Amino acid sequence: MRIALFVTCLADTLFPEAAKATVRLLERLGHEVVFPADQTCCGQMHVNTGYPDEALRLVRRHVRAFAPYEVVVAPSGSCVGSVRHQHAMVARRAGDERLAVRAEEVGRRTYELSELLVDVLGVTDVGAYYPHRVTYHPTCHSLRMLRVGDRPLRLLRAVRGLDLVELPQAEQCCGFGGTFAVKNADTSTAMLADKMRNVLANRADVCTAGDASCLMHIGGGLSRLRAGVRTVHLAEILAATGTVGTTRG
Amino acid sequence: MRTFLGMPTTAPAGVGHLRGDEPFPAAARKALGDAQLRRNLRHATTTIRAKSGAVIDEVPDWAELRAAGRAIKADTMARLPELLEQLEAAVTAAGGVVHWAADAVEANRIVTELVRATGADRVMKVKSMATQEIGLNEALEAAGIEPVETDLAELIVQLGNDKPSHILVPAIHRNRAEIREIFRREMPGVDPDLTDEPAALAAAARRHLRQTFLSTKVAVSGANFAVAETGTLAVVESEGNGRMCLTLPETLITVMGIEKVIPTWADLGVFLQLLPRASTGERMNPYTSMWTGVTPGDGPRQVHLVLLDNGRSAVLADPVGRQALHCIRCSACLNVCPVYERTGGHAYGSVYPGPIGAVLSPQLTGVADNASLPYASSLCGACFDACPVLIDIPSILVHLRGQAPHPRAEAAAMAAAAYTMDHPRLYAAAQRAAGLGRVAGRALPPPLNGWTASRDLPAAPPQTFRQWWAERGSGS
Repeated sequence: MRIALFVTCLADTLFPEAAKATVRLLERLGHEVVFPADQTCCGQMHVNTGYPDEALRLVRRHVRAFAPYEVVVAPSGSCVGSVRHQHAMVARRAGDERLAVRAEEVGRRTYELSELLVDVLGVTDVGAYYPHRVTYHPTCHSLRMLRVGDRPLRLLRAVRGLDLVELPQAEQCCGFGGTFAVKNADTSTAMLADKMRNVLANRADVCTAGDASCLMHIGGGLSRLRAGVRTVHLAEILAATGTVGTTRG
Repeated sequence: MRTFLGMPTTAPAGVGHLRGDEPFPAAARKALGDAQLRRNLRHATTTIRAKSGAVIDEVPDWAELRAAGRAIKADTMARLPELLEQLEAAVTAAGGVVHWAADAVEANRIVTELVRATGADRVMKVKSMATQEIGLNEALEAAGIEPVETDLAELIVQLGNDKPSHILVPAIHRNRAEIREIFRREMPGVDPDLTDEPAALAAAARRHLRQTFLSTKVAVSGANFAVAETGTLAVVESEGNGRMCLTLPETLITVMGIEKVIPTWADLGVFLQLLPRASTGERMNPYTSMWTGVTPGDGPRQVHLVLLDNGRSAVLADPVGRQALHCIRCSACLNVCPVYERTGGHAYGSVYPGPIGAVLSPQLTGVADNASLPYASSLCGACFDACPVLIDIPSILVHLRGQAPHPRAEAAAMAAAAYTMDHPRLYAAAQRAAGLGRVAGRALPPPLNGWTASRDLPAAPPQTFRQWWAERGSGS
């Protein structure tokens, strides 16, 4: 299958390993990955911070960049949620019904990584090997906007060598919330403190999730505490085969 | 007769409790430092969540009930003026008197004059959000009339000279040891050896209130529902104290937000199934009191209904925001909210805290007066999942953020970011500059120092994804 990668601005800029892992994983499974170079950012930060007018040009750019592709994947529940649930709203708000309809079409063809693997490609065992004690944080937007359910856990359970431990109160938000983490830094930190307490509770070595943004938050807190627990994107675990160079882990 | 309430306006400032003294982040910062408060809230919300979740799981048609609740509310909002006039006619035909109040000032004046006309200098109160919203207690006190809260938790708040911090459990921020101290300090004639056993505390409140119930001739209530076709008002509560107030006095004055009307008697069946399971985690509400005007020889002889707008018509005018008027005040969104669980209700500065408060308060007052509240959420979506009438709170929060006044520097940065991201070459150059990466792990300048105060920045990668992709393409 020919799959267009929607890299997300965050993974592109700060977490390229998650995006590279997505490419390697899909190619290993026999698919062709293409990267539409005109893509930049889906505009979620603008929409969620109260700047829908500024987001409009980014929605237009995104729709134009991905309209030619049958299947689009992103290593992020949050950015897929934005494409699927916010782009048409931003377009309609600006009175651009044509853009809204095209945005809805792109949204229907855009998948979060675990959705693509399980629902579209029909695979749960991706042939990965990752000999670490791992806990999984279900990110809010993958859980409650996209309803990915247990797809990521099914993928993780099939990884050889992986010791999956439960994350207590897994479904509570880590406190990231985009600009919320800065505008309400104290509340965000209080939420993060509880998330870290739960990550540390079952002595996991690695905390994984489907969103680089939430992992940046949880990982930033764990790093500040020198907790000795790494955050690794789900794509990197699924891409790992035990050969050198497949993961930073 | 048609009553003209004037053009829709927001709730006036200087009266009532919809505006806080300081923005949410500052108020939250103080609350977060109170370890006892954090513990009380964590314990209480965790308990209610578990109880509510268990009884909701028992209902096979919960999804259909929620959809029905939403449909009834949407229908009601679409023909609110007509339903309110139908309600007025039905209440009047049953011997009640209906008053229309455009805002808090007018509602307070109407209630004060009604109480004065009875000659009473004390009223007993059923727990009511609408009267808290308009600051009725303060207005009555200013007129020399003593309001006595009879709901146990509202009594704790009133005796403690405190403010409610939760829609359903206004003293949720207090534990039983603190309640014992408030009773010992403020309750006349209380046993000085009072323990903090819940039964002992309830018994002390019962003795204190019994005299009030038997000697007070005027009661003030809110209403959970008003049935337009019959003129029936309904109050749901758990203690029976409300029923005492609704049945014993000679005069009963009900202050009700105009959005509480529902079209038919049959519609009550939907909400009386949704509300108790979503709010207190009970299968059926313990005390459901309903009254239709005046019944000779039974209950109050004077029945008044004050219909309160106080910004609601302005909310109704917003196609996205008007969903907030569907709220049945169950508090499920507060109990599941990770922000509320940590800050408590006082940080929101309004009698309506939590996620529903963050979308309702700014709309009632105008967003500029409560500009920090739409941002008091990580948009995690737990509130939407919990809402028994399917209010899409995250979408309203985002919508209101679009109406909020923005800091000038932030607006400039956002516009610049959007421009850069709409020009891939500029974007790639900005990525390469990777200014963020060079200071990795260290402090960022304001306002981004909020991040680095508690979290490290990720190490900058040696190359961006698109650089890697370009190299890979040319190399292979």
